[in-house]
Amino acid sequence: MHTPNLTSATYFTKRDPHAFPLWQKAVVGIAGAGGLGSNIAIALARAGIGTLIIVDYDIVSLENLNRQQFNLDQVGQAKVHALATNIAKFNPFISLCTHQLKVQPDNLCELFGFADILLEAFDDAEQKAMLIDGWLQHYPHKPIIGASGISGYGNSDTIGIHRIDNLYIVGDLHSELQDGISPIAPRVAIVANMQANLALELIANFPQRDVQK
Amino acid sequence: MIEPIFTVNDHTLVWKEGLVVRDALTMMNYTFVMLVIKLNGKLVKKADYDTTPIPQNADLKVIHLISGG
Repeated sequence: MHTPNLTSATYFTKRDPHAFPLWQKAVVGIAGAGGLGSNIAIALARAGIGTLIIVDYDIVSLENLNRQQFNLDQVGQAKVHALATNIAKFNPFISLCTHQLKVQPDNLCELFGFADILLEAFDDAEQKAMLIDGWLQHYPHKPIIGASGISGYGNSDTIGIHRIDNLYIVGDLHSELQDGISPIAPRVAIVANMQANLALELIANFPQRDVQK
Repeated sequence: MIEPIFTVNDHTLVWKEGLVVRDALTMMNYTFVMLVIKLNGKLVKKADYDTTPIPQNADLKVIHLISGG
């Protein structure tokens, strides 16, 4: 369907009258655009988050296609650019800030300081720890939603949300990667969508002043 | 006499003078390298695990971070 005269009013129909305006005002950071990050970004873009900040240094590879929201013709492209292209195809009204960079302690605030909430979507545990430690030190009043224990298949009901104050971790907290075996699409997507769903819930319950204007 | 205690992820452990965060990880058999730890709601950095004392009745929360994403 070709939609040359599409407006935001016609695009955003049948939306939650309380939550949707808050989601539209919100700025959500996503650190990583792989299995978790690409699924999170697409879910939040469809839900109607107003602005996404997406950071990842990597490029799309063939082996990513088992769980990441990219296509064969995007192999070799920067993940953040490929993801922005894919999102723009279904939601032209979202504001996307993408950075092809590695997130480090010294650029964390510059990259994500404007975010109301940060979603950790890294692959590597050391990177996860760096991001969570840095965020909690700099922004203890802003939520961060991470993931831990997503590998394998089955056992969907072992995936939960574990909370310490403003830190939320989604996963089973024990399933480790096996050598040479990537995480598998359904469990990654379950965790990513639980992260996204939790972000929507937290934003919908934010006091008005906590959301970027 | 009631024994002094502290909790780790809602498990009750016996407290004694001189305990540090590293001791609690050992007592719980937590062997993962990447952890997020909060002691009474305050973040404890990895470099401080051996020197941060655990007060009596403390509430220690520990989450393992496992690769995969």
